Amino acid sequence: MPLRAWDSRFGSLPGAPGLQAIRVSREEWRPLAQDLLAARFRLLALWASRGANSEAIIHAVFFGERGALLVSMPVTPEERYVGLEDLFPAASRMQRAIADLSGLHSTDEDNRPWLRHASWPAGFRPLVDAEVPALAEPVADTYAFVSVEGDGVHEIPVGPIHAGTIEPGHFRFSVVGEKVLRLEERLGYVHKGIERRFTELPILEAHRLAARVSGDSAVAFSWAYCQALEGMSGVQIPARAAWLRALALELERIANHLGDLGALGNDAGFAFGLAQFSRLKEDLLRATHDALGARYLMGLIVPGGTRLDLSEGGADRLRSCVRTLTKQVSELRAIYDDHEGVRDRFIGAGTVAPPLATRLGLIGLAGRASGQALDLRVDLPCEPYTELSPVKVCHNEGDVAARVAVRFDETLESCALVERILATMPAGAHIEHVQAPAAGSLGIGLIEGWRGPVLMALEAGVDGSIRRCHPHDPSWQNWPVLEHAIIDNIVPDFPLINKSFNLAYSGHDL
Amino acid sequence: MLKTLKQIASIGIVTEPAPPADESLRVRDALQEQIRSVLGRALCIRHVDAGSCNGCELEIHALNNPVYNLEGLGIRFVASPRHADMLLVTGPVSRHMVVALRRAYDATPEPKLVVALGDCGCTGGIFGESYASCGRVANVIPVDVAIPGCPPSPTRILQGILAALHTSRASAAGASETLDSPARRA
Repeated sequence: MPLRAWDSRFGSLPGAPGLQAIRVSREEWRPLAQDLLAARFRLLALWASRGANSEAIIHAVFFGERGALLVSMPVTPEERYVGLEDLFPAASRMQRAIADLSGLHSTDEDNRPWLRHASWPAGFRPLVDAEVPALAEPVADTYAFVSVEGDGVHEIPVGPIHAGTIEPGHFRFSVVGEKVLRLEERLGYVHKGIERRFTELPILEAHRLAARVSGDSAVAFSWAYCQALEGMSGVQIPARAAWLRALALELERIANHLGDLGALGNDAGFAFGLAQFSRLKEDLLRATHDALGARYLMGLIVPGGTRLDLSEGGADRLRSCVRTLTKQVSELRAIYDDHEGVRDRFIGAGTVAPPLATRLGLIGLAGRASGQALDLRVDLPCEPYTELSPVKVCHNEGDVAARVAVRFDETLESCALVERILATMPAGAHIEHVQAPAAGSLGIGLIEGWRGPVLMALEAGVDGSIRRCHPHDPSWQNWPVLEHAIIDNIVPDFPLINKSFNLAYSGHDL
Repeated sequence: MLKTLKQIASIGIVTEPAPPADESLRVRDALQEQIRSVLGRALCIRHVDAGSCNGCELEIHALNNPVYNLEGLGIRFVASPRHADMLLVTGPVSRHMVVALRRAYDATPEPKLVVALGDCGCTGGIFGESYASCGRVANVIPVDVAIPGCPPSPTRILQGILAALHTSRASAAGASETLDSPARRA
């Protein structure tokens, strides 16, 4: 059935521009998903909540040519709902997380716990049950990794604590000699109850928690949260606030890309790259601090606008910083491009070909290195991106070199955007008063963070409380693709390949 | 190659002098004298993310950039707790990381120091204690120095790490003087 057959049933939804919503029955859930897949939609997020009368609801957000669609389906806890893993492979882990946190199970085969380790009892549903049961002292648990058998195959367990300064997670490699036959990830180690914590905070204050879902994407998550909230409250933020938010978002993108470009050089044995890019990143963080009050902008975006305006002299400070960056990054790019050792490690490592990327639903920065040309700043632009019209970056090779190239292109594009924002930003107020939205209202924020599209689904409770808040990081989609990217590569290339994706643990484990 | 050398020469040395230790960050005094007699100025740190949002990790990374140049102070990050003198722990401790954190602590040879980093490491921060979080690091392992901030700046982290090593204000001032070696001033 063509997608337009469902048209009459779509309604609008507050938050990100052009959001549409549809409520379907359990019988319609899968046919609609099939129609969306046929129309080349991709799955952005999948979660469960409790509607009015405590009925259980499964929500999915899809993104395609006609924008973002929220599909909601009431379910009963006693009956398994139809899983979507075969249509949208990224659904698998999201469905397992729903089972862990909300006690609703899908019909899909893989029903191992995902976010729940042995630290709380299986019967406890953190997002449903008010009472927390008595918790036993945490103990090491076991997980049913898929084992690979054959002559000379052995396993290498890595983590949860990794060798460098990075977040914790477990990787189980099955290898023959140095070649990787299979990688299986196990995440959830930094699950700290973020979604339940949201329901304990006032809706007008929880942007602080949103900014700490994944610290490296603080601006993206806090903007997405505020976008949803402001839409639900019917508040139009001042134009200047939107431009300040975009300024912060691009600074966050540049800072992360600079950090990654240095680390990737280092992982390829080129310590010069780390020294140079980390120096440039430090310069940018200091300029950010001088212009917007902090090196990392956890507290800048608040409901109704921004907490601060640019400091006096802040615009000049940032302008001169990005001009230097543009020049230096271009020079360093030439050095990376010419360096035979770096090229040898980057090119052909960890390849995800575009058809596989499409099939698995790879998105964001890594997706744009594998021919998946999706960027919400272009495809679903909110103010001021409607006026800024950023250039969308896309490469097709799908290897480490392509993910490096995307970062170089986007860093330079974001530097240009920062200059344009500083030159054309309207004057005026930077914050507007916001009132708590009506109980029961639902909104969704969607912002293209540096890693990819960040989603915040928000449901208001009574008296300014939060009934449900679901943050979604693009790492959910991209972690499973990393398992494919490493196949047939050698173990020593894993740190490089992993870094080229640089996925979130905290943003995923919640 | 020529371009690389040119870049190195044109940027020069950007390292800044180290800040003084901040004694007020110290919460426990048991081991400093013993540690200092063993280590002198050299220190090996094992970082453990026990549930952080990764904000603190970004500033730990910055410590290794040429501006703060941690290794120039004789302090470096190591891959195993068995090689470490100090555990630098971030995050509220998630219940899923309790076992790994305790194992890392037990694997670190005596005498050892523990620094809790960031608001979450100091108090549990915005995540607090819950079905999934044990809150502050001191709820799980003994902590010597607690450095608040969200995230704390690299300078604050350095002040806390140095405070863990020093026994008094006087020796801290003396040490920061000696740390500012001719090579670093150049």
